[in-house]
Amino acid sequence: MARLTSLAEAISDNVHDGDTVAMEGFTHLIPYAAGHEVIRQGKKDLFLIRMTPDILYDQLIGAGAARGMKFSWGGNPGVGSLHRFRDAVENQWPRPLEIEEHSHAAMANAYEAGAANLPFAMLRGYIGADLTKVNPNIKQVTCPFTGEVLAAVSAIRPDVTIIHALRADRKGNVLIEGIVGVQKEAVLGAKRSIVTVEEIVDELNPPSPNSVVLPSWAVTAVVEVPGGAFPSYAQGYYPRSNAFYIAWDEIARDRDTFQAWIEENIMKAGPEDFAKHAKKAA
Amino acid sequence: MSDFTPTEMMIIAASRALTNDDVCFVGIGAPSAACNVARLTHAPDITLIYESGTVGTKPDVLPLSIGDGELCDTALFTVSVPEMFRYWLQGGRITTGFLGGAQIDKFANLNTTVVGPYEHPKVRLPGGGGAPEIASNCGQIFITMALSKRGFVDKLNFITSMGHGEGGNHRERLGMKTKGPTRVITDLCILEPEPVTKELTVVSIHRGVTREQIVENCGWPIKFAETVIDTPVPTDTELQTLRDINARTKRAHQGNKEAA
Repeated sequence: MARLTSLAEAISDNVHDGDTVAMEGFTHLIPYAAGHEVIRQGKKDLFLIRMTPDILYDQLIGAGAARGMKFSWGGNPGVGSLHRFRDAVENQWPRPLEIEEHSHAAMANAYEAGAANLPFAMLRGYIGADLTKVNPNIKQVTCPFTGEVLAAVSAIRPDVTIIHALRADRKGNVLIEGIVGVQKEAVLGAKRSIVTVEEIVDELNPPSPNSVVLPSWAVTAVVEVPGGAFPSYAQGYYPRSNAFYIAWDEIARDRDTFQAWIEENIMKAGPEDFAKHAKKAA
Repeated sequence: MSDFTPTEMMIIAASRALTNDDVCFVGIGAPSAACNVARLTHAPDITLIYESGTVGTKPDVLPLSIGDGELCDTALFTVSVPEMFRYWLQGGRITTGFLGGAQIDKFANLNTTVVGPYEHPKVRLPGGGGAPEIASNCGQIFITMALSKRGFVDKLNFITSMGHGEGGNHRERLGMKTKGPTRVITDLCILEPEPVTKELTVVSIHRGVTREQIVENCGWPIKFAETVIDTPVPTDTELQTLRDINARTKRAHQGNKEAA
């Protein structure tokens, strides 16, 4: 059964130095508050996994929390580069970053394989693409029925997956709606999982029998953090702050302004500071 | 309203490539603008799909990211990302993929990964995202990019997604049954692969643009088709639709600005 707890406890109990950590969210429901807690607790040598590392992973990389990253698209969507990610890859600042790069299709398949307890995923992918030349973990498998050669990638099995969801009930059953991304697969494929939610309610009342629900017994820890996905968004709660994504470009471009931002907005702040974003749009 | 910018011409020319029957996998930026102009003008029943899982979406403002709430709110339905890539894209349900890129070569291969060597890049770009499999699994690919020497290069450092590879029947040789890039729409002209060699060739030139300008802005000695037409100028409706959606988008993206 999931433990309803505080964010500080959930992170200190479940995220350890050196862990492989997936913080998922495909633009929607990105677990910013939880990621900030990871930075605040000074976790280090993490191997990060995410299809679309955006600002949150830029922050973790720039803060020196990551030794490596497995990903398929590392940019600020619609805006441009992730400057801290670039600085790490191009100049090894603040430390070298080992990268394992895939395509979206491969990552999505690999998460699904993890959830399905399979060792690898296969797809009709990477045809004529140079990633196969630089990533030795993209391999090939031959179909035993037709002889077709397909791409193969190992399943994603994180030590811990962290996601943000809309709400949970008091037992820790979790509801996700809207753009659901790969969150369900990322949680089911992980050894441990932390879910932050906008609110904890008496009755979950899933809106449809086919709703995306993660039952309490498949989740390790649930934490109520209203606004915890800001500047990403929570469907039906508050919209994405596209303005903040645009503003991040300037903040992250320079090491000093980045470090000042981290100090002010993460080190001197706490999860309760996210609540104002939830209220604002309500 | 006869005056228009090269970028407006590019987006409108790109929108005309789409039809009502298309099921289109939409990239962010100029492709997204073109697809929505098509939907709001001559192709009201076009199905627009963004890789975040939103199917049949009708955004009122252009999304900044592929997963803005606007896309989900206005979609017919939304699926998980594994379902999107497995059932709908790999399943062969998408007629047209619409991509942009940082760099393109004469066989319409795209690079959005690195400038310089992969291990020690001069510029680390975002990477491929969905593009490698969009390029191979969609029925055909349209590409839209401004024509420049930096973008249209003789040799790519890195092939993120394959167009026509080394040209000729390279796609077929690798077992692909889809057409690959069939049109590249730039701010100066429209290019199409020559039927046999698959080398990109100018087939249509936008108003006020000279052949010299096109040659000067391309990183390889670009060829012109035997018959080159004048791209029809944007209609009032097309221009107004594009300007309206851009204005709505600008207003929407400026809101909600505060520190996290």
